[in-house]
Amino acid sequence: MQSLLGRRTGQNMTAYLLKRLIIAVLTLVLASMVVFAVLEIIPGDPARLMLGMNASADQVELLRNQMGLNAPLALRYLHWASGLLSLDFGRSYTYSVPVIDLVRERVVVSLPLALIALALSTLIAIPVGLFSAGRHGRAGDTIAMGAAQLGVAVPNFWFALMLIYLFAVWLRLVPAGGFPGWGAGVWPALKSLFLPAIALALPQAAILARVTRSALIEVLNEDYIRTARAKGLPYRTVLWRHALRNAMIPVLTILGLQFAFLLAGTIIIENVFYLPGLGRLVFQAITQRDLIVVESVVMLLVAAVIAVNLLVDLSYAVVDPRLRSRQ
Amino acid sequence: MSLLEIENLSLTIGGTRILRDIELSVAPGEVMGLVGESGSGKSMTALTVMQLLPWAARATGRVTFDGIDILSATEDQMCALRGDDIGMVFQEPMTALNPVKTIGEQVAEGIRWHTKASRAEAEERARKMLDRVGLPAAQFPLSRYPHELSGGQRQRVVIAIACALKPKLLIADEPTTALDVVLQAQILDLLRDLVAENRMGLLLISHDLAVVTEMADRITILRHGEVMEAGDTARTLSEQLHPYTRQLAQASMHVPARARAHEAGQGKPLLQVAKPLLQVERVTRDYPGRRISLFKRSAPIRAVNDVSFSMAPGQSVALVGRSGCGKSTLARMVLALDEPTSGTIRFRGQTITGKSEADLKPARRDMQVVFQDPYGSFDPRQKVEKLVAEPLHVLEKKPTNAERRQMVANALHEVGLSPDDMDKYPHEFSGGQRQRLSIARAIITRPKLVVADEPVSALDVSIRAQILDLFAELNQKLGIAYLFITHDLTVARAITEAVMVMHEGKIVERGRTNEVLDHPRSEAARALVTAAPDLHRAIARRLQEQG
Repeated sequence: MQSLLGRRTGQNMTAYLLKRLIIAVLTLVLASMVVFAVLEIIPGDPARLMLGMNASADQVELLRNQMGLNAPLALRYLHWASGLLSLDFGRSYTYSVPVIDLVRERVVVSLPLALIALALSTLIAIPVGLFSAGRHGRAGDTIAMGAAQLGVAVPNFWFALMLIYLFAVWLRLVPAGGFPGWGAGVWPALKSLFLPAIALALPQAAILARVTRSALIEVLNEDYIRTARAKGLPYRTVLWRHALRNAMIPVLTILGLQFAFLLAGTIIIENVFYLPGLGRLVFQAITQRDLIVVESVVMLLVAAVIAVNLLVDLSYAVVDPRLRSRQ
Repeated sequence: MSLLEIENLSLTIGGTRILRDIELSVAPGEVMGLVGESGSGKSMTALTVMQLLPWAARATGRVTFDGIDILSATEDQMCALRGDDIGMVFQEPMTALNPVKTIGEQVAEGIRWHTKASRAEAEERARKMLDRVGLPAAQFPLSRYPHELSGGQRQRVVIAIACALKPKLLIADEPTTALDVVLQAQILDLLRDLVAENRMGLLLISHDLAVVTEMADRITILRHGEVMEAGDTARTLSEQLHPYTRQLAQASMHVPARARAHEAGQGKPLLQVAKPLLQVERVTRDYPGRRISLFKRSAPIRAVNDVSFSMAPGQSVALVGRSGCGKSTLARMVLALDEPTSGTIRFRGQTITGKSEADLKPARRDMQVVFQDPYGSFDPRQKVEKLVAEPLHVLEKKPTNAERRQMVANALHEVGLSPDDMDKYPHEFSGGQRQRLSIARAIITRPKLVVADEPVSALDVSIRAQILDLFAELNQKLGIAYLFITHDLTVARAITEAVMVMHEGKIVERGRTNEVLDHPRSEAARALVTAAPDLHRAIARRLQEQG
């Protein structure tokens, strides 16, 4: 019977995984169409931009043909999309190097930054949420949630400036900006990512803490919490062992949704801290009408967000056994 | 020497007085029944003993458990007592277990916490305990999750958690209220055996006088937070010295006074009439089986299996059966809220199966529904006028505002509420009043048929008696036919003339209510009848035992 149960659960799991995966791929395809279409609609001819204002119409036309800009829309989309699949993003109009090289250079800054910020926001938010929920309605809760409210309201670039002033200018613990590169050693590189990661993480942590708290408070009213208390477990233990895992579903959902905002936040934060990351790259590419770079980076970010949300979907099944056996 | 001794216990929560001068004691091996209607303070008394009261609660008096002063005990001392010396079982088994932990983890957790046993030892003890409560390893390995178990099985797990460490005192707060009668009898048997095996004291809390009479040696009757009467169960209930005891006992056995209009047709066959109001013919409903892989599903589940019956206008019929027997599915199809897989249903001669929503409008006008839960069936942000007037949208002619108010006022008057109640919100009414509101909502279109799904099982006995009276009165006055869905045979007996017993999707027995309930022929009907608690019988048995 037990093995029977195991097999049934296993098969359900595969079906669930497969369904999520298919949905993720479809979303990605749809997103690529939207990204491609939007950039087609935006005014500004890349060929003219590359050649400058003085180029003749013939010269522009020639370059357009060379760049394949005159091919039919569907064909160009297919060409671009198949390129994406083989990691061939094309050549940047302004830098005249393959986009993949630009991306590779930048991603080693942005990816660690985003991951550190994500980890940091979770590490701050969940203990604060637990603390607040455990003291629901009392002074500690009010203070923690007041701080969270402030964290939600204050924009991250202002946090960034305050952090620079405190840690870089005043305490001189970390550099105020710039990135030495991983070649300069792991520690100096990490040190320069420290402030930007905090600046990114704080507003996210504030939202997440509030979600954690309200999810926990709801769970704490459940009957099974009373059952656990009636077993003789102290309140704290019940909070950690029984309430937290049940409260994880809404927390994970918000975590996945926030990842997109986190990536958007890197554009601002990388500019504040002069970090050579994807955010700065895409910012510059937009101002220079380097559409191929914009398209590629945006697609990369879309893929990252979809991947994270796929992970979130999968983690639901890890957290909640009902999802594993029920379809 | 008492195990639990409560003296002069008073309790306030945020300034509101909940309990006043409660006196109660439980001896080892004794079953003490604590009876009262909702809000009488039964659960609060239990939670005081456990010290699991809401934050703002203040208790005074004395509560002594096994020589320990509970009210002045520290939280650490209480944690040591809870789950070890005092176990507790709750009302709602469907929500009492943590959905993300296996039953093995949940039973073993308390054992590990109190005895510092290793995981393997604790799991072994958990296994033994689950075997003891009737969940054998073959079907119920420790790795099962709560959602894979039925309500009765989950309640067994909760009992296993509470009794795992052989507590001296078990507090069971309405342990069987959410279960059907057959399961109730099984769970009560289990509790009785556990008490006998371990000389455990049991504080059994229930609103059901019959259940307590069957179980308890002594009884304490609570009302508005005060003890009305206490003493030996059989004597207290047979003598009924206190007026409130008498009132409770009478309400539990209440049968609405009905001019037996239908008695005249005694000889006529029931449920097979010439000009039926409702005609159900060979109705079957399958639900798709659970998905076992991406492309495969297991065999469909047959919830209702080839059911036929008919009802005469003004007739009141009970559909009884255990939970999960398909009675609610059948009711949903009668109400055209669900489509049968095969078979037809005719209402007033018109087929209602396979019809579009627009074509169903005339039928909808003439059939209404009353649900079980008077708390969940109203939108809390709407006023009574709007809530009661809800079914009016099926009328052919839209009533004017003044007409609508008049109709709502009439409906409220008919169910014994004041027309002034129209401008109130649902939370301003008690449970019984809310059930009156749902009845008002059901009768406002002057329906020919009302389907009532366990309409009184969430109500206290005295309120239940009033609502049953109301149903009987409306049947007389307005000629409404009822289809009562219930697992409570006293309700069926009180108010219906015919009964159908459903078991695993089929109607296995049908006939006159009294005949079927007094002389059940099918096994399913017999199981229901023997399991159903009955106050008369229980008192008689108690008295006999004591000589």
